[in-house]
Amino acid sequence: MGEAVKATDNQLNTSAIREQFPVLEREVNGFPLAYFDNAATTQKPLSVINALTEYYSAYNANIHRGVHTLAEEATTAFEQTRAAVRRLVNAREAEEIIFTKGTSEGINLVAATYGKAFIGQGDEIIITGMEHHSNIVPWQMLAEEKGAVLKVIPINERGEISLDEFNSRLSGNTKMVAICLASNALGTVNPVKELITAAHDAGAVVLLDAAQALPHMEVDVQALDCDFLAASAHKMYGPTGVGILYGKRRLLEKMPPYQGGGEMIKEVTFARTTYNDIPFKFEAGTPNIADVIAFKPAIDFINTIGKENIARHEHALLQQATAGFQQIDSVQLVGTAKEKVSVLSFNITGMHPFDIGMMLDATGIAVRTGHHCTMPLMERFAIEGTVRASFAVYNTAEEVDRLIRSVERIAARVKK
Amino acid sequence: MSSIRQIQDEIISEFALLADDREATLFYLMELGDKMPPLAGEYKTEDNLIKGCQSKVWLHADYKEGKVFFAADSNTDITRGLISLLVRILSGQTPDAIIDADLDFIEKIGMGQIIGSQRSNGFASMIKQMKMYALGYKTKVAMK
Repeated sequence: MGEAVKATDNQLNTSAIREQFPVLEREVNGFPLAYFDNAATTQKPLSVINALTEYYSAYNANIHRGVHTLAEEATTAFEQTRAAVRRLVNAREAEEIIFTKGTSEGINLVAATYGKAFIGQGDEIIITGMEHHSNIVPWQMLAEEKGAVLKVIPINERGEISLDEFNSRLSGNTKMVAICLASNALGTVNPVKELITAAHDAGAVVLLDAAQALPHMEVDVQALDCDFLAASAHKMYGPTGVGILYGKRRLLEKMPPYQGGGEMIKEVTFARTTYNDIPFKFEAGTPNIADVIAFKPAIDFINTIGKENIARHEHALLQQATAGFQQIDSVQLVGTAKEKVSVLSFNITGMHPFDIGMMLDATGIAVRTGHHCTMPLMERFAIEGTVRASFAVYNTAEEVDRLIRSVERIAARVKK
Repeated sequence: MSSIRQIQDEIISEFALLADDREATLFYLMELGDKMPPLAGEYKTEDNLIKGCQSKVWLHADYKEGKVFFAADSNTDITRGLISLLVRILSGQTPDAIIDADLDFIEKIGMGQIIGSQRSNGFASMIKQMKMYALGYKTKVAMK
């Protein structure tokens, strides 16, 4: 890696990047794979794959409290990832980073601990109409248990929320605002900075679902001043089964623990248990050591290329695909917000998304079809689902061109 | 009326021409689906929905002069194409012929690969439901 993959004349050296992803060399149905399902999960570079093998081959050991060499090495590597995550999101301290299974678990953790302690009868939780089920259901469960009220900011035709709609729902009763930084189904980037300021003025805390944002844009938790932020490693070139939850120290410290078990305790007697300090208070049991360790090379990969370069490259692909689709009469774009990450959701009149997805797969193009775990959002647009193409740093203009050509062929068959 | 074997062989030879072109195969399947006689709206009921399919598939059966007649529809074009093949093979056959049918065309036209594991469960449910209808009519006749 290094200089070879960096930008020259604002252009990424995509072939050098692609060489690091073995899976991109494969063929699907006789065609080179064009992988556009990156919002579901990205492919992994060799550095990540090798880190997994190396951990299991050279220093597999349980971490923390071990005195032997392997345990020491594994602990160091594990904590190095935490430090890398801290730098990635610019948290004040590494202790504010908790490892989880993924974004869903991070949100559930906050709902189950902060929610349990600080949200009660009649309190209000605000979400948006474009949330993923994992940022709806945990709050619904909490609201039901506590007698709290869930309020939803509606979205406009383009898939955007307005500050006015938010402000009209915000009140002294609002205790939690949980919103996505970028929408998984539409790509919309929300104006979270303004929302956070307004929410804080009203005395509420803010959780950001950054699963779709962190791989694509700079996220600075101190500049945003968000209280919690959850994301997943596997959507940013890292392994599955690892997520991160950022929380402000003063909040994490006053929250009750999430799960009980090893690692999260300071002292246990049958009469009473005292809990460990953060972040360990929230990391009961043996964590996913191998995958956490292998997440660090994924962060290094992103840093080496640079978020700005990644964003510029992906944005160009998004523009190209959007412009191409706009030339096809029967294609409707779903989600045309001004600010977007590289997600392009669409439908073809008279065709089911499943069929379009299967047709694209027939020529080696991988997309996602369906409701994208955002059923209320699909209902808002009165559609069953969409076809979603989402771009990553290794995708090329040629691949996007193949996508446009294939969609043209499929659209041409649509019954008159 | 051709036999189940004859119709399956026809289908196998039609699809053989498209063997290596998956896109063309899917286009052809959808075309077959388009040509299938439509299912009357009154039969698109919750009861007629086949369970275990990712897409919605409605199946209606009738029994006339010793033979079972099927009509079907789906909300997705490729699935409609798939079920149109089953209707073409099994509709108008006797209950015994349907119950004993060995539907080997699925593998022979490479459809197993196309429909994938998630869809093949649904496809198996369609066949099972059609055989259940045949068995039901056979039993009814025997009890008369």
